[in-house]
Amino acid sequence: MAERAIVHSVLFVAAIVAAFGAFLGLFVGTANGSGLWGIVIGAAVTAVIAVVLVKAVPSSAASRRGARWGLAILFLIVGFLLGALPGAVIGFFAGLFFAWVTYWLATNRYRDSLPPYATSGQVLWHYTFRTICGVIFFFLIAPIVVVMPLSFNAEDFFTFTPEMLSFDPAGYSLKHYQDFFFNSQWQQALRNSVLIAPTATLLSVGFGTLAAIGLSQPHVPFRRAIMAILISPMIVPLIISAAGMFFFYSRVGLQGTYLGVVLAHAALGIPFVIITVTATLVGFDRSLTRAAANMGASPVRTFFKVQMPLILPGVISGGLFAFITSFDEVVVVLFVGSAGQKTLPWQMFIGLREQISPTILAVATILVAISICLLVTVELLRRRSERLRGLSPG
Amino acid sequence: MNDQSMKAAMERGDGPMLAADGTPLKKSLARALRMQKIRALLLVAPLLIFVLLTFLAPIADMLFRSVENQIVSETLPGTTATLDDWEAGEGLPPEPVWRAFYFDLFLAAEAKEHTRLGSRLNYEFTGMSSLFRGAGRGIDDIGEDQAAAIIELDPRWEEGGFWHDLMSGTGDADVRFLDARRDRLERLTGDRYDGDIGFSPGAAVVDLLPLTARAYTDWALYTVLADGDAVIEVTPWEAVPVALFLDLRAADAAAVSGYDGPGRGDLFVAMLAARSSDPIDFRQSFIDLDEDFAIPTIWETIQTYSNRFTPGYFLNAVDLQLTPDGVSARDAGQRIYIVLFQRTMFMSLLITFSCILLGYPVAWILANLPMRVANMLMILVLLPFWTSLLVRTSAWKVMLQQQGVINDTLVWLGLVDDAARLVMINNQFGTIVAMTHILLPFMILPLYSVMQTIPPSYVRAAKSLGATNMTAFWRVYFPQSVPGIGAGSILVFILAIGYYITPEIVGGTKGVFISNRIAYHISASLNWGLGAALGTILLAAVLILYWAYDKVVGIDNVKLGG
Repeated sequence: MAERAIVHSVLFVAAIVAAFGAFLGLFVGTANGSGLWGIVIGAAVTAVIAVVLVKAVPSSAASRRGARWGLAILFLIVGFLLGALPGAVIGFFAGLFFAWVTYWLATNRYRDSLPPYATSGQVLWHYTFRTICGVIFFFLIAPIVVVMPLSFNAEDFFTFTPEMLSFDPAGYSLKHYQDFFFNSQWQQALRNSVLIAPTATLLSVGFGTLAAIGLSQPHVPFRRAIMAILISPMIVPLIISAAGMFFFYSRVGLQGTYLGVVLAHAALGIPFVIITVTATLVGFDRSLTRAAANMGASPVRTFFKVQMPLILPGVISGGLFAFITSFDEVVVVLFVGSAGQKTLPWQMFIGLREQISPTILAVATILVAISICLLVTVELLRRRSERLRGLSPG
Repeated sequence: MNDQSMKAAMERGDGPMLAADGTPLKKSLARALRMQKIRALLLVAPLLIFVLLTFLAPIADMLFRSVENQIVSETLPGTTATLDDWEAGEGLPPEPVWRAFYFDLFLAAEAKEHTRLGSRLNYEFTGMSSLFRGAGRGIDDIGEDQAAAIIELDPRWEEGGFWHDLMSGTGDADVRFLDARRDRLERLTGDRYDGDIGFSPGAAVVDLLPLTARAYTDWALYTVLADGDAVIEVTPWEAVPVALFLDLRAADAAAVSGYDGPGRGDLFVAMLAARSSDPIDFRQSFIDLDEDFAIPTIWETIQTYSNRFTPGYFLNAVDLQLTPDGVSARDAGQRIYIVLFQRTMFMSLLITFSCILLGYPVAWILANLPMRVANMLMILVLLPFWTSLLVRTSAWKVMLQQQGVINDTLVWLGLVDDAARLVMINNQFGTIVAMTHILLPFMILPLYSVMQTIPPSYVRAAKSLGATNMTAFWRVYFPQSVPGIGAGSILVFILAIGYYITPEIVGGTKGVFISNRIAYHISASLNWGLGAALGTILLAAVLILYWAYDKVVGIDNVKLGG
């Protein structure tokens, strides 16, 4: 990295760094007795550090890097004295951060992503806006992230215990996971979920792919009406679908059976398959099937050898959508199923409403891991599909 | 046109253009098109049938249940038929109504269906449920005297076999009469009443003793097919001697003495006894049972709800009531649904608005950052989208509760006193926060896909023409992003008004939606008709919005996962 000259006044840099320092000081101070003093001391100390870093360190890349690591180690030691292991970890990263932010401000690097003519007000707005977005991203992700460490709680609480916060191994345990894997109710629920979701997915993918291929033919009578009917399970509120299915399935004797739940879930998954597969078929080059037919392939062979491989990414991601719909679904199964068809989300729902058991958090963590896998798969498939479509004209 | 003439036409060069096989091209093309259409429909057909059966039929069933009201006429068919001739406002109904009511209620009480009817009518007039339950318990007392009187005449009247021979008669059996009674019981109980019962009423007996034949056949069907007893081993229930006395009083004496079937001597003796005893005053008997039967409104309510279909549930769902005097508002204490609909609408709007507020900046920054960074940040949006709804709801429960993460942090920082922890859950706040979080991806994704298509040069052009940042955004950028806001808002709003799980868990009593009420009626209060009516209203609202969504965005443009 080429070294840069210091262009800003020390006061400007020190003031902003002090603001960050005050923020950190609030937490350090609260942990050690007084938040107010923490703010004051934090601001003062970081301001002085900023002045020292800007004024006293020679302006070569190597010495700045040295200063940064030096500060990190200094904060690490102070942090360790104040708050043992967690303090040391926080201190280390805080040191790195303060050194970086000081030079980032002092050498004008913070304006790199903005046009050179931007006014100070615009720069301020730019970073304020990013902070707001950061807070919203935090809002989106925080609840999911908070659940994960809590699932390793050694106590039956839904909050962080002091032992957990001090990284004491005694504060953590796998007992909620153990409960999940050895409790017969949870295992029955897991078995039901694993039984119902794939079956429902197979049904919706099978029917859905055929129908999507039919719908993407050039001449389909009543195309809009058919599309509206097929999409409707996604639009109708779940509680209404559930109520209707409860009434109708109890009339025909499907209420409280596996078949009933599978059929209901398959119906709910169909719109997702239709949407993803028709989207893939939009880019499908029809001349490929004509070419295959020209060379003597039967329609069935053409379908499996030419069309299917090309639309496969769409089919798979539609299937994943259908799978997650069934796997996560709770309203319809509550009504259509009986105690014998209790699925994982149903068991979680009971857990949340009646006996609050932290095993839910362990299950939640496992489900988040599963959804991360599904998310990655769908993203990869989407990109592959886009690449494939890029190859074929149309 | 035959081949010859076609060839000739071709040679002349003025005939229709022909396909390779000799048919006119137009016809050939039309056939190919038809084939294509049929093939497309054949591919779609399995799914269409599947969705029709598994999804649309249930919805239709729900619509049907919201107006269906067969329970009154199926449980009390005789009563509703005789009530037709009675004008409300004339005091109490005449004796035939009470008599029909006795036989209807007797059968219903034996089949234990009277409590269901009581609960149904209780939705319309409070007190009906306990009235019917009490009447069902006490109805055996009304015919007690007749049953005792007839056994006093001859102990054989207590024998099942004697009754069986009497009612079978000689001559032809009246099979149609038996089938009609089977239907009556099937409609009453909802069970099947097929199979041999070892008895069929004689046509002559049905003519002579119509009420008795009806009561006895009902009893026989019920005894054999529901209780599993044999007809000849059990004494018939009290309604049968009551009917017999009524029949014998009304029958022509000559016809009874001329009757030549089994037990005719006993019948004649019984006729004399019946004619010399006091007839039962059914009205007085019922009023003795429970003086509430003397309230005319009870009968007016039964009359009002004796139709097979009723708007009553829909009126209930909007806090109105169908009374004998027409439609009127419910008591102030019972008006809950309008408030609930308003709250559902208001909270859904609030959630939609919060989603716009939070989603707009995020979508903007995703659309304007370099692709690589945007894809990374997109994961933060997609992860909640893919995470189980219950995981997110439980996460919010963990965060918001009084001993939860947020309160603990605030107390630790000294911003909130330990004794005055914030109440953020089991109220509207909890529902709004959790649902905004859950629905935010549905706002961000459509906004993002619209904003991606807005060229940045427009805003730059506006600025170079002298617009301030604010003007450039408000006059140039924002109008182009409105389709995204529209699409996202309708999507979020549709999803929000039908939400059930999240309000149920974090909503407490003040933060619940209309869906929770529907679920309550279906699984707890068992007022299915009202649940169906509320569901139908909600469905109508959603379909209107769906139609609007189709106009704004188009169903075909629904995209998933960015």
